[in-house]
Amino acid sequence: MTPAEIREAVLNILEDITPDEDLTQLKDDVPFREQLELDSMDFLDIVMELRKRYRIQIPEDEYKNLITMDSTVKYLTPKMEEL
Amino acid sequence: MQNPIQRPRVVITGIGLTAPNGNTLSEFRQALLDGKSGIQEYEIRYFGKTLAGICNFDPLKYQKKKDVRRGTRAGSIGVYCAHEAIQDSALDWENVDKSRVGVYVGITEHGNVETENEVYNISQFNYDCSIWTHHHNPRTVANNPAGEINLNMGITGPHITLGAACAAGNCGLAHGCQMLWLDECDVAICGGVSESIHTFGIFAGFNSQGALAKSDNPATACRPFDKDRTGIVVSEGGCLFTVERLDDALARGAKIYAEIVGFASNTDATDFVLPNAERQAQCVEMAIRRAGIEKNQIDIVSAHATGTSSGDAVECEGLRSVFENCPNVRFNGAKGHIGHCMGAAAALELAGNIPSFTDGLIHPAINVDNLDPDCDIFGQLVLNKPERRDSVNYILNNSFGMLGINSSVIVKKWQGE
Repeated sequence: MTPAEIREAVLNILEDITPDEDLTQLKDDVPFREQLELDSMDFLDIVMELRKRYRIQIPEDEYKNLITMDSTVKYLTPKMEEL
Repeated sequence: MQNPIQRPRVVITGIGLTAPNGNTLSEFRQALLDGKSGIQEYEIRYFGKTLAGICNFDPLKYQKKKDVRRGTRAGSIGVYCAHEAIQDSALDWENVDKSRVGVYVGITEHGNVETENEVYNISQFNYDCSIWTHHHNPRTVANNPAGEINLNMGITGPHITLGAACAAGNCGLAHGCQMLWLDECDVAICGGVSESIHTFGIFAGFNSQGALAKSDNPATACRPFDKDRTGIVVSEGGCLFTVERLDDALARGAKIYAEIVGFASNTDATDFVLPNAERQAQCVEMAIRRAGIEKNQIDIVSAHATGTSSGDAVECEGLRSVFENCPNVRFNGAKGHIGHCMGAAAALELAGNIPSFTDGLIHPAINVDNLDPDCDIFGQLVLNKPERRDSVNYILNNSFGMLGINSSVIVKKWQGE
């Protein structure tokens, strides 16, 4: 997957997790939690959906990489580029 | 209520409900009077095609999409009913002390829906438990349906669900009264909910037990008291009452639906599933004694009557033993219309009869083409069409469940001090 496709994949997950939010204005360099109503359980949903949909395992000490869309895509690219 | 301890009188001031044939009390009442069924064809994973009572309330009326996704169906039903019950009570909700509101919700079962869903989900991933959702525990803890109400409405008083099989709606209401007596709260939101149609296990279980209704016609599939009844139709639903101490209700000039004047609960202690006529009769008589009235003062007895072969006959045997020579009493039931709403059944069936206090009509039990002689109660069952009375002053609401749990609630028409 290309970085653009990975971004799209993350966006699809966010759409399911935050169905009340308008994601068209999402800023890729701003933390998700500053733009969206995301609590710790929602955050775990992102991790879980990546595991379910793409078999990506994210160790707990690496959750910090999923702060913004930019950091998430950067972190996921080496894990998903072969998909 | 006649009791050794002086207890405050308690009244119903609001009703919020969703049933398979109505999402407000007035819709539901009209459907009961019109004999309108809420049963539909239904299909569920593994079990396949069957029948069920399905509610069509709008969960987004009071919840965000995310809350619906994160929570449970029982939680959504509870949230809807609680909001409706509070609105109906005309309480000044903004200014109600939320720490003095208690939420008491009866359930038949809880957690099966989510557990079945998760087992199915991991089955799609070779039973990899790392796929199991982190939402599982908050969804399946037994207090979930009540807790979602408190979370949604900012209620900081106590909440609890009461597991009481199919007697749960009565038990939720009774518990609310008891908490008002004990001054644990000033407003009780209480009754019962059910999400049971979303678990295949309940259908499969009743089917294996030979107790699941089978029919080509959903509207006539559930036929309590009829000779050709074939069993239960499983339904979802909810009904929560706003209940307050009489003095509080009078002080704020509240509309009062009814006074709760008696309730009782006991246990058969004889079988896991088979009912016991003698013990049911004892429960009914205890509630009447506590209400301090004569049997023949009761106008309506709402029977549990699920449509099973043995259950209806045993219940009617018990009722005949209690109400012999009580020509004023009429008997009805609502499961022919809505199926068995499990944890919500008792509360819905009580709510469906309460308008009798004002409209003077007794809604019928429907789908009775050939009354089973074992179910006849001295010719006093109201069947297939409503009966008009000069006045209705007392309603007795019966609800019984597995493990031999019995419950009876008596409400009285409010006619002023």
